[in-house]
Amino acid sequence: MPELLLNISGVNKRFGGLQALTEVGVSIAKGQIYGLIGPNGAGKTTFFNVITGLYQPDTGRFELAGQPYSPSAPHAVARAGIARTFQNIRLFGEMSALENVMVGRHVRTHQGVFGAIFRHKAARAEEAAIRARAQELLDFVGIGQYAHRTARYLSYGDQRRLEIARALATDPKLLALDEPAAGMNATEKLALRELLVKIRDAGITILLIEHDVKLMMGLCDRISVLEYGKLIAEGLPADIQKNQAVIDAYLGGAH
Amino acid sequence: MAILTFDTAHKPRQSWASMAVLLAVMVAFPFIASHFGNSWVRILDMALLYIMLALGLNIVVGFAGLLDLGYIAFFAVGAYLTGLLSSPQFAALLESVVNYSPALGDALVKLFGEQIHTDGIHLSVWFIVPLAGLIAALFGALLGAPTLKLRGDYLAIVTLGFGEIIRIFMNNLNDPINFTNGPQGINLIDPIRIFGVSLAGEAGSKATVHLGALSMPSVNAYYFLFLLLGIATIFMTSRLQHSRLGRAWVAIREDEIAAKAMGINTRNVKLLAFSMGASFGGVAGSMFAAFQGFVSPESFSLTESVAVLAMVVLGGIGHIPGVVMGGVLLAALPEVLRHVVEPAQQALFGKVVIEAEVLRQLLYGLAMVVIMLYRPAGLWPSPRKEDRPAAALAKEEHEENEHA
Repeated sequence: MPELLLNISGVNKRFGGLQALTEVGVSIAKGQIYGLIGPNGAGKTTFFNVITGLYQPDTGRFELAGQPYSPSAPHAVARAGIARTFQNIRLFGEMSALENVMVGRHVRTHQGVFGAIFRHKAARAEEAAIRARAQELLDFVGIGQYAHRTARYLSYGDQRRLEIARALATDPKLLALDEPAAGMNATEKLALRELLVKIRDAGITILLIEHDVKLMMGLCDRISVLEYGKLIAEGLPADIQKNQAVIDAYLGGAH
Repeated sequence: MAILTFDTAHKPRQSWASMAVLLAVMVAFPFIASHFGNSWVRILDMALLYIMLALGLNIVVGFAGLLDLGYIAFFAVGAYLTGLLSSPQFAALLESVVNYSPALGDALVKLFGEQIHTDGIHLSVWFIVPLAGLIAALFGALLGAPTLKLRGDYLAIVTLGFGEIIRIFMNNLNDPINFTNGPQGINLIDPIRIFGVSLAGEAGSKATVHLGALSMPSVNAYYFLFLLLGIATIFMTSRLQHSRLGRAWVAIREDEIAAKAMGINTRNVKLLAFSMGASFGGVAGSMFAAFQGFVSPESFSLTESVAVLAMVVLGGIGHIPGVVMGGVLLAALPEVLRHVVEPAQQALFGKVVIEAEVLRQLLYGLAMVVIMLYRPAGLWPSPRKEDRPAAALAKEEHEENEHA
């Protein structure tokens, strides 16, 4: 068994009368692309929001790189090393692409009011490093030439890339992507896939929520399937494809 | 703005030149204006204080996007603190404690000494001004803490309430212990004294300040002090804007959830925005108190909060040169009108048809409506980050050539 990066178990989450998640857990090995699929309303995004501290779970055990972490606040989760993107893109619209990524460096940098006003040597050095790293990441995701464009005027596919670059700027151990291929055409999906492989090869583990089963099958190392807030299958993509419960969940099996 | 530009990132030479020209005009202004009477310089003195306020509020509203309708409260805190610590008011405070509880009062009188009991406290400006900034910052955090989860309309209402609470406190904190002297306000506040030079002029000098061989009216001396502080405020806020913290503020304004997910501790960063903004208000308030020599609750009404907010919004929210312009226009123009309108009517019609005060308010309101309709982003908004910067710059150059 390779080294586990993320180990989560026993997550329950209830919204009023709705049990959104029941005893959900995942174990993701370092260096994997791990997929989470399921029909609409299965609880994928809820699970995502729990992992990243946006929702408070009712129960659950959380471990990142062998260390327990508490998903009590999103900024603490980001500091611990999990960065995320959003299903409906959430960029800082009026900032430039470069500035968006520079914001991602916030959690790994330290200058405060004093450094901002006096711009002493350490502050200038840090600012230059932030800028250089941000540009590097924009180049990495392939939109380096748009660094100074306003984020909200970028094309849809580039906005997705920018969101990924911004998440990468936090130096994550785990990159969590919520439906990054939503609304993309076939060419864009192919390019996205290449980007994700490139990120994994750079040593960052990826957790991926996606609807596009075809994309997931070819890309993921392992897949979990959620339905009605419960895990119904976990395994290699090829096995998932043949799993009767999964087929029933997606196509509506005989009851 | 083709002639004056402050876009140091893209046109450094032109913007430094613009700043130099503007500075020269600002420095020369009082020498020329004082020939036409001190009131013109006094108008600008007040305008400079308003600019400091507007720039402080711009941190909260413009950068962090937190609508604050009670900002004048911090101005009040700074002003009253200065009033208490550099006027006879502290003697009145001690006196009221003695009347209320002789035991406690006598203990306090012993603690502070007979001198303070008769004359009040008169601390140095070097102590009061930083303290005013600090205490105002504390009040900023105090206002920020309960509002962290609020946004938009809800935040506006809570901050509005906060502003009113402070004003009402100032109005009523004269009984049983007289902190603020109630509606009468605090009088006889010491003028600012820097290195032994009083900016109000020494007694019997007819409000003339002597600086070595140089002598100038008191309003001019204050003008230069406020100009210096105004420039310092511009410098500090613009450095804050282009820093890690400034980006975090804007990120919260643009999308708070995304900002959190990127690891920004939004609680701390928002509190810092409130505190930083408030500290500028506190310093401005301290200056105001020393300049006027008098503070009373009516200087800190909701209308004042709204006026400062209007300077920020009309000038160009989040854009420092715009905010400064908004401050100059809204603080100075009404006063200028006051001086110009009545003589103009006398000359034209031989009598005053519309009183200056009425016309002033009419134009003020009208200007707001027109500007918001036709320039919703403010008179001088932040330069848009162009979709294609190279093309945009080329276009601008082309336009400039056409004008030439």
